[in-house]
Amino acid sequence: MNRYPLWKYLIVALALLFGLVYTLPNFFGESPAVQVSSAKVTLKIDEKTRERVARVLQTAGIESNGIFLDSNGVKVRLQTTDSQLQAKDLLEKQFNPDAGDPQYVVALNLLSSSPRWLTSLHALPMYLGLDLRGGVHFLLQVDMKGALTKRLDSISGDLRSLLRDKTVRHAGITREGDRVVIRFRDNETRNKARMVLEDSQSDVLLVDQGEGDDLRLVATLKPEAIKRIQEFAIKQNMTTLNNRINELGVAEPVIAQQGADRIVVQLPGVQDTAKAKDILGRTATLEIRMVEETAGALEAAQAGQVPFGTELYVERGGMPLLVKKQVVLTGDRLTDAQPGFDNQTNEPAVHLTLDSAGARIFKDVTRDNVGKRMAIVLIEKGKGEVVTAPVIRAEIGGGRVQISGRMSTMEANDTALLLRAGSLAAPMEIIEERTIGPSLGADNIQKGFQSTMWGFAAIAVFMIAYYQLFGLVSVIALASNLLFLVALLSLLQATLTLPGIAAIALTLGMAIDANVLINERIREELRNGSSPQAAIHTGYERAFGTILDSNITTLIAGIALLIFGSGPVRGFAVVHCLGILTSLFSAVVVSRAMINLIYGRRRKVESLAIGQVWKPANVGAAEIK
Amino acid sequence: MEFFRIKKDIPFMRHAVVFNVISLLTFLLAVFFLFSRGLHLSVEFTGGTLIEINYAQAANLEKVRESLGKAGYSDFSVQNFGSSQDVLIRLPLKAEQNTARIGESVMQALAAEAPGATLRRVEFVGPQVGRELAENGALALLLVVVGIVVYLAFRFEWRFSASAIIANLHDVIIILGFFAFFQWEFSLSVLAAVLAVLGYSVNESVVVFDRVRETFRKVRGLTTPQVLDHAITSTISRTIITHGSTQMMVLSMLVFGGETLYYFSLALTIGICFGIYSSVLVASPLVMWLGVSREQFIRPKKQIEGANEDGAVV
Repeated sequence: MNRYPLWKYLIVALALLFGLVYTLPNFFGESPAVQVSSAKVTLKIDEKTRERVARVLQTAGIESNGIFLDSNGVKVRLQTTDSQLQAKDLLEKQFNPDAGDPQYVVALNLLSSSPRWLTSLHALPMYLGLDLRGGVHFLLQVDMKGALTKRLDSISGDLRSLLRDKTVRHAGITREGDRVVIRFRDNETRNKARMVLEDSQSDVLLVDQGEGDDLRLVATLKPEAIKRIQEFAIKQNMTTLNNRINELGVAEPVIAQQGADRIVVQLPGVQDTAKAKDILGRTATLEIRMVEETAGALEAAQAGQVPFGTELYVERGGMPLLVKKQVVLTGDRLTDAQPGFDNQTNEPAVHLTLDSAGARIFKDVTRDNVGKRMAIVLIEKGKGEVVTAPVIRAEIGGGRVQISGRMSTMEANDTALLLRAGSLAAPMEIIEERTIGPSLGADNIQKGFQSTMWGFAAIAVFMIAYYQLFGLVSVIALASNLLFLVALLSLLQATLTLPGIAAIALTLGMAIDANVLINERIREELRNGSSPQAAIHTGYERAFGTILDSNITTLIAGIALLIFGSGPVRGFAVVHCLGILTSLFSAVVVSRAMINLIYGRRRKVESLAIGQVWKPANVGAAEIK
Repeated sequence: MEFFRIKKDIPFMRHAVVFNVISLLTFLLAVFFLFSRGLHLSVEFTGGTLIEINYAQAANLEKVRESLGKAGYSDFSVQNFGSSQDVLIRLPLKAEQNTARIGESVMQALAAEAPGATLRRVEFVGPQVGRELAENGALALLLVVVGIVVYLAFRFEWRFSASAIIANLHDVIIILGFFAFFQWEFSLSVLAAVLAVLGYSVNESVVVFDRVRETFRKVRGLTTPQVLDHAITSTISRTIITHGSTQMMVLSMLVFGGETLYYFSLALTIGICFGIYSSVLVASPLVMWLGVSREQFIRPKKQIEGANEDGAVV
C-alpha cells in the first residue's frame, strides 16, 4: 500500500531536476561586463554594432569572455574588473568621439557567469531588488490635473479663434476650474456658436446655462477625452524619462507605470541621486526658428565668422545650417506630434498640432516666408539640435502643420517621438525616494542568507534528533522546498528583496509544520497498535486534510498582502504565497515518495525509524474508545 | 526521543474561564496602551525622510544633532542603528523644505561638524503615499479576516470560524499593544509580519478543530469539554514542535537578520507565543460556549428502503 506508481516517482524526479537546473544559475555569481546601448531613439543597435565592439576590443588586445547582442544592447563579458574599466574607457572613446554629444550609452554592468546552456534555457539568477544590490528608487506622481488644465487652456484658445473665424460674437471666454465658459448676449448667437463648435471640437461637451442677458455655453471635457489625455500624458512622460535616463549610463533602468498616474523609476547601481534627480526633472524645449539663407553667410560661418544674430547648427544627416537666433514659436504652443503620411504624395510625414495662438503666429510667418526654410530646434541642457529643417511651400493656417519630404517612415516616427518627448506632458513630483548604498545591499544579502542558513540548520538538527530517519526525510523535503522556491523565483524573475528573503526563512519555518503533522500522526498510529505500513499509510492520509486547511488559511493572508501590499510588503507576499504552494508539494509528495522508496518495497517491516514511540504502560488509558 | 508522555487527556476545559480571563486582561491592557501611547509609526506611514549614515569609528550623536540643528532642521531624531557606527536620522515632513535635496543638504550639514560619514540609505516618503499605505494595510487586514471566516465557515462551521477569528484577532491587538507599550517602530514589514501571524495562528486553531471534528465523528459518548480536551491533548506535541521549529527560524532572523529584520522577527515572536495560547486555550472554550455539539457533525443517515422501524432489513 505504500508504493507509488512509476509516474509519480517520475514527476518527483522531474520536479527536482527542474528545481536544480533553475536554481543553478544563482551559484555561479556574476562577472564584470560592459554594456553598449543606444542613447538616441534614432540609433539602432544591431549585429554591426556587435562586430564593431568586437573589433575595437580586439585591436586593443583586451580579451573578453563573449560578446552578446540582446534587446538592451551589446554586452561584453570580461575577466577582471581592471579589464572591465579599461574596456569601458576604450569603448566610450571609440563610440562617443564627441563627449558633449553622446550617441551611445556605455555602462558598467554585471552579467551572470552561468554557462550558456543554462542561459539558453532561460535559467537566470534571481533578480535582486534595490535593497540588495544598491541603487535609487523613485516614485513619481504625474500631475493629471495639470495636464487637463493645460489642455483646457489650449481648448479655450481654440474656441476663441474658431468663433472669431466664423464671426460669432461672444461676451468673453474664460476657464473656470475644469470647464470653459463662453458668455453670450442673445440666444441666437449662442445656438450658432454651438453649431460651429460642435462640428469642430469633438473633445468637449457643450451645455447651455444661464438666462436673460447672462447666457452661457459651458464646455467640459468628455470622459473619454479626459482618459485619453491622461493616458497620453503618462506615456509621454515615460518616453521623456526614458530618453533622459539613457544619459545616466545605467545598465538596467526600470521605468514602469504604477496605477493610473504614477511612474516608478529604478536605477540599480546609481549612487549619485543629485544627478539622477537633475536629469529626471530637466525640461527640454522646442523652438521653431527661421534659417538664414543669405548667400555667403553659411560659408562665412563655417570659416569661423558667424554672422550677428545667427547660430551655426549641424542638421541631422551632417549638413551645416545657419539658423537665426530669433525664436518664431516655442514648444509650449505644440499640442501634439504624430507620424503619418502626406495626403497627396503618400510620403511619410509628421503631423504637428499647434494651439490657437501658435496657429496664428505660424500662419503669419509662413505667409511671409514661402519658399524659405524653417528649422525645428530641440534644446536640452542649453544645447540645441536641429531636428528637421523643411522648406515652407505655402501659407499654413489652422494650426495643423505637416513636415514631409526626404523622410523614411522610421524617421517620421522618431521625429514625432522626439518632438513629443521634448517636454513633459504634465508636471511630475517625486513622492517616494529610496537610495540604498552598495555596501548596505551586500550586507543585507549576507544577513538574509545567514538567518535562513542558521534557522534551517537548527530545524534540521532537531528534526533528525527527534524523528530520526523520518526527520531526515522531512529535512530533505524541506530542502527540496527551498530548491523549488528559489527555482520558481529565478524562473519568474520576481524581484527578491530583503523582506523576500525573510519570507523564504519564515516559509521554511512554517512548512516544517506539515512534516511534523505527518510524523506525529504516524507515531500516534503506531502507539495505537497499527502495523508500520498501515501507520505510514493512514498517517499521511489523515494528516493531509489538516495540512490543506492550515495552508489555505495562511495562503489567504498571503494573497491579501499581495493585493494590498506595495514595495517591501509585496516582495514578502510573493515569496510567501509561492512558498506555501511549493511546501504543499514537497512536504506531502516528495517526502512520501522517499518514505515509499525506503519502506514501501520491503515485504516485512518490523519497525519504523521514527524515533522512540512511547506507549503508556496501560495501553488504552490514553485512548478513548 | 518523545517529549510528551501524556497518559490522560489534560482537562484544559476545566480552566477555560481562567484562560479567557487572562487573555481578556492582556487584551484590555493592549487596547489601553494602543490608545494611551499610540503606535510609533515609521516614516513609511507618516511620510518624511529617513537617512542612514555610517562612520568608520563610533559616531558622535551629539555632534550630528548639533550640526543638524545648526542647518535649520527641527523635530528630527538621531539614533544608533544596529551598531555604534551606524546612525539613523529621521526628519519629519515639512511643506516648505525642498524634499528633493534633503539627502544632500543633510550630508553637507554633517560634513562641517561631524565629518567622515558615508551615506548608506535615504528614504523619502511623501504624505499621500503614507496615507495610502495605512489604508491599504487596513484593507488587507479586513480581507484576511473575511477570507478566513468564510473559509472556515465553509470547511467547518460558523462556530469554529467565529471563535478562531476572535482568538486570533486578539493576538493581533496584543502584538500591536506590545509595539505601543515599548514604542517599537511599526513599519510596513511589521505589518506584513502581523498579517502572516494571523494566517499562521489560525492554522493552529484549524489543526485543533480538525481533531475536534474527527473525535466528534468517531467517538461516541463524550461530553463536549471532553472532546475538546482530547483534541488539544492529542495535538499538543505537534503544536509545540511546530511552533518551536518556526520560532527557531524566527530566532535566527532576530539574531542574524540585522536591524532591518529585527522588529519584523520580534512581531513574529510575540505572534507565535500568543498564537499558541490563544488559538488553543481561547478558541476552544469559545467554541464550547458557542454551543458546539456532536449533532452538528453527524450527517443524518439515509433511510434504507424497506427497512423496518428498527432499521433491520428483512
